[in-house]
Amino acid sequence: MIDQMLVFFNSNYHLITIVILSIFLGIEVISRVPAVLHTPLMSGANAIHGVVIIGAIIVMGEAHEGDILSLVLGFLAVILGTLNVVGGFVVTDRMLEMFGKKKKK
Amino acid sequence: MEQFQELLSTNPFLLLCYLIGSVTFIMGLKMLSHPETARKGNMIAAVGMTLSIFATIFLYKNHNGEGLHNYVWIFAALVIGTVMGTMAAKRVQMTAMPEMVSLFNGMGGACAMLISLIEYNGDLQPAAGKLLIIVLGMIIGTVSFAGSIIAWGKLNGRIKDRVVPGGQVINFVIFGAILALSAMVVGGFTNNHTLFYAILGFAALYGVLFVMPIGGADMPVVISLLNSFTGVAAAFGGFLYNNPVMLTGGILVGSAGTILTILMCKAMNRSLMNVLIGSFGGAKAGGPAGAAKEQGNAKEISLNDTAVLMAYAERVMIIPGYGLAVAQAQHTCHELEKVLTEKGVEVTYGIHPVAGRMPGHMNVLLAEADVPYEKLLEMEDANDQMGGVNVVMILGANDVVNPAAKDDPSSPIYGMPILEVEKADHVIVNKRSMKPGYAGIENELFFRPKTSMLFGDAKKVLQDLVSELKNV
Repeated sequence: MIDQMLVFFNSNYHLITIVILSIFLGIEVISRVPAVLHTPLMSGANAIHGVVIIGAIIVMGEAHEGDILSLVLGFLAVILGTLNVVGGFVVTDRMLEMFGKKKKK
Repeated sequence: MEQFQELLSTNPFLLLCYLIGSVTFIMGLKMLSHPETARKGNMIAAVGMTLSIFATIFLYKNHNGEGLHNYVWIFAALVIGTVMGTMAAKRVQMTAMPEMVSLFNGMGGACAMLISLIEYNGDLQPAAGKLLIIVLGMIIGTVSFAGSIIAWGKLNGRIKDRVVPGGQVINFVIFGAILALSAMVVGGFTNNHTLFYAILGFAALYGVLFVMPIGGADMPVVISLLNSFTGVAAAFGGFLYNNPVMLTGGILVGSAGTILTILMCKAMNRSLMNVLIGSFGGAKAGGPAGAAKEQGNAKEISLNDTAVLMAYAERVMIIPGYGLAVAQAQHTCHELEKVLTEKGVEVTYGIHPVAGRMPGHMNVLLAEADVPYEKLLEMEDANDQMGGVNVVMILGANDVVNPAAKDDPSSPIYGMPILEVEKADHVIVNKRSMKPGYAGIENELFFRPKTSMLFGDAKKVLQDLVSELKNV
């Protein structure tokens, strides 16, 4: 099992590098956010993790015609992922729209 | 690394699109943390997301060089999701935003859970590394899904706070069971597929029990935490498909979400552990609340007196809370502010960082009513200026002005910074009734000598107050 893990590490070295760098980037990017923006920022981040939909699309697109279970679950997964992405971005935009309006005044 | 080069040799355009997608996510998050660029940042991330999605649909090829199929299913699902998502997001009231975010977060978690389920069913003898990713993605996705649904139900009042005796122990046992079962499945000690589904069941139960005892006032912190969970679940999907954009997007949200969670806790002067162990809402509220009831009578003030008091004040500070949001009274509140300003009264708003149901909730709400940005004071500034204020008008806020947070070490909110309204000359509290606030704690402020109560629905009271003021 340890061997398998090492092989896994070796073949995923690039991905692991991305993970580590992204962790630091995520911390850096938002470390000085005013309290006013906490809610919209949370909502925007919520939309971004909707990127999980790409996995759902791949699963769905690779499912065999006869594999009803995968097709149905994949279909559901794509719907849920889309809800996360579209709903997330639209809700965030609606929150931020308020900030824009006030600036013009 | 090999897979990466393989992907690169077959799909340079796809990788390029993913790279652009990742960059837009980073820029988007960065811009979202500044008021002037926030909206644009959200748009940019949305464009990057759209690009990544369509690039996947049309450019993705598997190891054998085959593209995706089942296009009809994919597009049907995309259309259904887009229509439902847009409608839900457009229709939701500003007051219900937090629960909407929680619901969408749950959808993302469920999506990650389903991907793991399908992958597990499709490959019954996966390598340990792949199986580990599938199991972890499923656990985190499921916890996030179940937890978000409970948080959503709690925020819209469908689910009440419930404290199970010994809940911490039960959660601990379930957590242990999840770990043990996962080790058995991933370690290859068993080939029993029901164990995999047992993990799924335990993870769902854990999500429910994890959020259930946490009080409503802490819900924003929980949603933010679950948000970063879903990010991590998405990142596991990135590992599963060697997909760089899922990885960057997921991990960015995972780490940024965690920091955001900690920032929110700091705004309430509490540690994350303190929030998660859940001493806030239910458990302790009974004791001090019961004792505080013997406080004597609160005194009421009439609309007319309130109008006179405010009209002849030099400085008025309005402190909004969830009651204002519920009554949808932000526009009327702005009207009151305008009438007072015309009469030469200086009006400001004191905004507690966790007033309402989410940090920033009140700012969004008042911005909707065109209240000028300069009039909104953050807590520290509001407290500094409080000494020169003649009349403080509290609209549906409760816990954020509760002096018990300063004086009563037995209070569940002890230590939380509050708006120190008692430094002002008069305090007028508008509430619908004497019921305690969301944290379930009695508020001594209502019985203090400087305080007068103005009962009624915030919107109705404000409308009447505006017309009274015009007659003064």
